[in-house]
Amino acid sequence: MTGSLGPHLPGLLVLVAHVQRAGAIVTPHIRYLAIIPEIVMLGGAVLLLVAASLVRRPLRISVATGATLAISAASVGVSLWQWFDVMGHGPFTAVDHAVVVDGFSVLVNVLVSCAMFITTLVADGYARREGLDGAELHVLAMVSATGAMIMGSANDLIVIFLGLEILSIALYVLAAFNHRRAASGEAALKYFLLGSFSSAVFVYGIALVYGATGSSNLGQIAEFLSKHVLVSNGLLLAGMTLLIVGFAFKVAAVPFHMWTPDVYQGSPSPVTGFMAAVAKAGAFAAFLRVFVSSLGLVRADWQPIIYGLAVVTLLLGAGLAVVQRDVKRMLAYSSINHAGFVLLGLQAATARGVSAALYYLFAYTFMVIGSFAVVTVIGRKGDAAHDIASYRGLARRQPLLALAFVVLLLAQAGAPFTTGLWAKLQVVLAAVDHSVPLALIAMVSAAIAAFFYLRVAVLMYTPAPTADTVPGSQPPAESAVALFGSSTRRGGALDRTRTMAETQPEPVDDVRAPQVAPSRPVWTGTQRQAAALGPLNASLLLDDDPVTLALFGGTVAGAGRTLEGGALALESGVPVDGAGERMLVGDGTGGGDAAGGMPIVVRAVGAAGTVRVPVLTAVAIGICVGITVVLGCWPGPLISFAHHATLLFVP
Amino acid sequence: MTATHAFPYLTVLVLLPAGGSAAVAIVGSMPGIRRAVVEWLGICVSLATLGLAIAVAALFSTTTGGFQFEVFDNWAGSVGVHWQLGIDGISLFLVLLAGVLFPIVLAGARTRSDARSYVAWMLLLECACMGTFVSIDLILFFFFFELSLIPSYFIISGWGYARRAYAAIKFFVYTFLGSAFLLVGILVLAFIHEHQTGVLTFSLPALVHTHLSSVADIGLFLAFTAAFAVKAPLFPFHTWSPDAYGEAPTGGSMLLAAVLAKFGTYGILQFDLRLFPQASVDLAPLMLTLAVIGILYGAVVACAQRDLKRLVAYSSVAQMGFVALGIFAFSAQGLTGSVLLMLNHGLITAALFLLIGWIYERRQTWQVSELRGLQAPAPVLAAVFTVVMLASIGLPGLNGFVSEFLVLSGTFVTHRWWAVVATAGVVLAAMYLLWAYQQVFHGKVDLANSRTRDLSWAERVVIAPLIILIVFLGVYPKPVLDRITPSVTSLVAQVDAATHTHQPPVALHGTKGVDARTHRGGSR
Repeated sequence: MTGSLGPHLPGLLVLVAHVQRAGAIVTPHIRYLAIIPEIVMLGGAVLLLVAASLVRRPLRISVATGATLAISAASVGVSLWQWFDVMGHGPFTAVDHAVVVDGFSVLVNVLVSCAMFITTLVADGYARREGLDGAELHVLAMVSATGAMIMGSANDLIVIFLGLEILSIALYVLAAFNHRRAASGEAALKYFLLGSFSSAVFVYGIALVYGATGSSNLGQIAEFLSKHVLVSNGLLLAGMTLLIVGFAFKVAAVPFHMWTPDVYQGSPSPVTGFMAAVAKAGAFAAFLRVFVSSLGLVRADWQPIIYGLAVVTLLLGAGLAVVQRDVKRMLAYSSINHAGFVLLGLQAATARGVSAALYYLFAYTFMVIGSFAVVTVIGRKGDAAHDIASYRGLARRQPLLALAFVVLLLAQAGAPFTTGLWAKLQVVLAAVDHSVPLALIAMVSAAIAAFFYLRVAVLMYTPAPTADTVPGSQPPAESAVALFGSSTRRGGALDRTRTMAETQPEPVDDVRAPQVAPSRPVWTGTQRQAAALGPLNASLLLDDDPVTLALFGGTVAGAGRTLEGGALALESGVPVDGAGERMLVGDGTGGGDAAGGMPIVVRAVGAAGTVRVPVLTAVAIGICVGITVVLGCWPGPLISFAHHATLLFVP
Repeated sequence: MTATHAFPYLTVLVLLPAGGSAAVAIVGSMPGIRRAVVEWLGICVSLATLGLAIAVAALFSTTTGGFQFEVFDNWAGSVGVHWQLGIDGISLFLVLLAGVLFPIVLAGARTRSDARSYVAWMLLLECACMGTFVSIDLILFFFFFELSLIPSYFIISGWGYARRAYAAIKFFVYTFLGSAFLLVGILVLAFIHEHQTGVLTFSLPALVHTHLSSVADIGLFLAFTAAFAVKAPLFPFHTWSPDAYGEAPTGGSMLLAAVLAKFGTYGILQFDLRLFPQASVDLAPLMLTLAVIGILYGAVVACAQRDLKRLVAYSSVAQMGFVALGIFAFSAQGLTGSVLLMLNHGLITAALFLLIGWIYERRQTWQVSELRGLQAPAPVLAAVFTVVMLASIGLPGLNGFVSEFLVLSGTFVTHRWWAVVATAGVVLAAMYLLWAYQQVFHGKVDLANSRTRDLSWAERVVIAPLIILIVFLGVYPKPVLDRITPSVTSLVAQVDAATHTHQPPVALHGTKGVDARTHRGGSR
């Protein structure tokens, strides 16, 4: 060792001595209490990771969940301690002004920690159901949460970028976490490619702003802008634009939203909820801080851009959600619409706007995590039953779950006596300051959004169709395609079933109804009438040999088995998916004439429709609904909490 | 000015049904609870609410036109929203109307399926109705106004008839869209007020003093009126209402037409006129014209209906036109008539929908062509229907006449030609209602109709309060008018003061023809 280092040692010592003398590298004094929530969260994540790698087998889920819950709760605790500290002694900057502790940052910390806590509750049931052992999911989520917290308390563009990357890279992995689903991998890749591209744009924006103002520190940028009038501000404008693009990507504002529906749909459902809440909270926190506090003096330059972004985000988010059939995609577009509402607060660029935006994020976090918790449960094993049809008749089977989802959806729509309307009310109040048309556009988009929330709500309260609700109950004479067709069709159809099954990486056959025997026919008719029923959740049963199919919008995504006495004609177009409230049961006698169409009996099967709600998930949903409703009826505390979300630097 | 009471009557009035709703939901989900228990629980809660409403009416002072029983609590003070309740002569009878109708709906218009949810939603709807009528904080009012949508949406979509899903969505989206304008309007008004005084508040008595530019005045009036006109519904924002009234279950139709429709006209009276008097006066010709078109359109379309329920739905559109006519006539007579007509129309329409619902229970149809000669097998039903129908036409001696007369005469003195045209609506109402009555109850009874059951004793008990009120208010409306008049007078004074119109005592020489453009107002 001495031998190899020896020749260089004097030189190194000289260098160190030189550096010390010149003071070129001064490690700043670190006030650890200023970053204690981040330390708790990240330190906890690292400890959990180390512990998980020391044990021989994958860590048990209960251990990982317990540890994560404890860490998140501790993080909430220290964040609240910070809150009283800030309220008592005022806001301050630390770590060489790279970190700021003010009402705003503390609130973001509380928000992210709470989101982490609830997500852990949801993820527990999910991990058990999907058989995902180990602590990786939790560790990655905590790292991601730390990134969001860093973004909330960063006072330097470089630190914001660090937070952004910590947040994003963990999320890329989380999106791919359910490696048994191809969609999950696709989502992750898409998110990663577009996300890294937007990060690059963001860094370039930092560089340009640095070039224009001579600093990356938010306070110094504000100071520079207050003391100098830029004669040619092209560099600053370009930098701001690139920063807006970077942030808009992360918060999923139109037109930088393209990734959102695919990623939300493909990611594991609890991760989607986490992503929608935490990534948006972190990115918006930094977005608000950078633009309101540091670039506030040049607001006239960026407000029109945000105005435009808000308009298209509100309208397209609501408009495109209306046509979605997949509930996760619908919620993705709805989250875009919500981002538009938060942009209203940003666009106002006032203290009221900032606190309104933060209140919105707070209310939204609980609504969205709760909604995705319900989606997780309804998704069943395989996390695939997200078609809107899976929700049909849910109220009959599981009234409490349906009620909880209705409350969360209505809150998102802005129903009174929920935090949802208080949130909308505050951002719109901030917006009417100087833009009444924008406020009107926002509320009209809320009305459009109400339409698709209600569509799900009403479907849950609509029982599955019965014979008397189906138009044309007379058996048609010329049914072109029989579900159980003639012998001539038999082979081809079966082959197609197999082919389709093989192309699927993971057959979704475990979503089949657990038992089929004690059932009662609720509908009898022919195939054409079955097609008129609309989407049916069904398994096909023939000769007691159950075959589960999942047809989503006409394509087969299921497994077929050899059938006796009948064949499947998959082009029949009967939408069938595996969520299994209803059974499509053939009579099994085989054959049947192709012209007339085989009779089909739809049977309701006892336990088939109900989904199991794990206790912890139920607790999570309960917390979300409780907070949404209780703080909606008793709004004082949270509103005044958000009112203290003041930024340290306000020009 | 305002009487204060130690007991928070209005808060309890609002929260009692909400608590009852939660109780019904919880009790109903217990195993082994029979549906009768749930239904009786609902009826008891709504009767208790009615008792409270009657207590408020009994303690109500007739000497003041201001808000009484005021409650003021900090609710979300940091955004200026307060739990501020109050009641005046305009809202008192709407509260009573809701109080009377909910027990009748719960007892008379029961459902076959899932009584627990139905009763729970109904009680939540009652909470929303009470809250809407007694809130004098604009945001609180908006909250209750919006809250009413949720239970009524679920009642229509859950227990309605064939096209219920379509009707429910249409109803929700229409009214929600209207409310979007209302919310923005409220916030803009509060913002302007904050700009002038430095205080962010949504309290109606405070916001009355906001100075508005004429553009802001007109714009805000239109924003508020958009929501109210949809809810009322006034022509041309009525298109949701025949669908919603037609497809809703009997109880839903009764409440939608009798109580929820009043939110719109109540909002116009209490908020538009107080907050934007100048714009209200300036735009009165427009509103009067829409009201008259609504009266004639509703009546003509009702004439063409072959479906009893839709006939009543369109007649309701016409009646609400009369309410709007009386409001924008800006005479004390017209305004008093409007308030009274809101009450009377509520009673009559609820009774009509209830009777039609009972006919449907017996015959499974609303088609006039399939009903014939019901008088023979069901004489009591026919008799009750006759009274209600005649009240709706406006026969002297029944309640409909008093209010319609006040509205038309009040409008005649200030806006003569609108009153003249609107009178045609009364004639048309007689036409379509008498035609329908004749078809359904008269004529030779056929086999299908001859088995129709007459009203049971329970049904007679349920409908009796409505019949009694219809007759009583037709014969002796004084107790009601005594309580309405002070509030209406102060409202008219407020509008006059704000618009600087000198008011001759119009009622005295009204027949000489007062030019509507220069003299607005009413008699004192």
